[in-house]
Amino acid sequence: MTTDVLYKDSVEGGKHWSLRMRRGTSLRLVDLTGSANVGMLFYNPENLFERYNAPDTLKCQHTFKLTKGHCLYSDMGRIFCSIVEDSYGWHDTVCGNSSAKTVQKKWGERNYQIDRNNWQQNGNDAFLVEAAKYGLNKQDLAANLNLFSKVVPSKTGALTYAAEQSKSGDMIELRFEMDTLVLMHTCPHPLNSAENYPFNPIEYQIVKSAPVAEDDLCRNSCAENQRGFENNRLYYLGI
Amino acid sequence: MIINSQFTEGAATIRDTVLAGDYYLKVIKKGQTVRILDLEGNQAADTLFYSAEDPSERYSATDTIREQKSVYLTAGSILVSNDGNPMLKIVADTCGRHDTIGGACSTESNTVRYALEKKCMHACRDSWLLAIAENEELGLSKQDITHNINFFMNVPVTTEGGLSFADGISGPGKYVELEALMDCIMLISNCPQLNNPCNAYNPTPIEVLIWDAA
Repeated sequence: MTTDVLYKDSVEGGKHWSLRMRRGTSLRLVDLTGSANVGMLFYNPENLFERYNAPDTLKCQHTFKLTKGHCLYSDMGRIFCSIVEDSYGWHDTVCGNSSAKTVQKKWGERNYQIDRNNWQQNGNDAFLVEAAKYGLNKQDLAANLNLFSKVVPSKTGALTYAAEQSKSGDMIELRFEMDTLVLMHTCPHPLNSAENYPFNPIEYQIVKSAPVAEDDLCRNSCAENQRGFENNRLYYLGI
Repeated sequence: MIINSQFTEGAATIRDTVLAGDYYLKVIKKGQTVRILDLEGNQAADTLFYSAEDPSERYSATDTIREQKSVYLTAGSILVSNDGNPMLKIVADTCGRHDTIGGACSTESNTVRYALEKKCMHACRDSWLLAIAENEELGLSKQDITHNINFFMNVPVTTEGGLSFADGISGPGKYVELEALMDCIMLISNCPQLNNPCNAYNPTPIEVLIWDAA
């Protein structure tokens, strides 16, 4: 595991932020109190029309869950980042976001006047705000990641928010294989039915990545990922 | 869930054949019912829907999955927009299950899934990009080419978190029917994929039938 921490910060529950990750650095996320959720979207800062694509990510790796060894793809056949560490083992990318409507239905109205910064923010509006900072709008939002959230399908395809969610100290590390604009929020998973709006904080660390070795786990976990890495190499050749 | 149609083919007001590799763009008015017919079997009809009134509101796979708490689409499924509104309802289905997590093929995803030298083979997302270029009045751009429905595609997920592209469960003459709950733009790419065994490496025509409100 890389240990060279260049920066760290925390994000309280129900908040949002964005940052540009550089190729060769990794984003390590730590669930501080358990049952965190981190909604996340990726864009190529050089061409914002290139963005995270959940279907391409799932189908090329024949997986429904995301965990260590998987790569997270853009719609242009390139890899934004690789999941190089994961202590939890199952991250969702098909359930989308909470919205103002769904949060109100579960936990009541979002009201800054009364609640100040403990207002009950929702994932959709959190992304809209972060996206707008880069000239993006609701049409640019795609199926997002819900890191630290496990949603299990039954044999008939019915989905259940797993009773056993991540624990305090669980972490996931994303090694960026190209420069990437990262939008993120810590609003609850859309299927979380906790009695009260869960304000679960996370820490994020930016660390220097170790060089990608020839026998790298993510690069070699399937032939598709080897081709994805080759597409990244071609991109940085200027092709 | 298998539910047969209430309509007769002769009563359809529109009946169009869509060849593999072509796109099909049509407004479905609220109350109208559209049937997508798999003529020869196991052909993927990659489909997007937009609100005709405001195309920035569109079919959302994630909102649909979240609301029905299930990954597959079949009779009874309500297709939900990115604004959380019901757009269409599947009212008949003789196939039984349709995918909405596998997405559509693109030239770039073909390089990853199959081989780098497949990059210039025709793909669904190219059909959609041509559709929006040829229909500028809709105001759509690449940002609107998003996660679609794959009618007739079988993409089973497992309780362990796996996913596969399995042999099709569709067949010649199977169909799915949707009733529009708002005025919708329907954009289909009849999938040109030549590399996937799901369609026996042989993409085939589909038919689209539309009935007015009863």
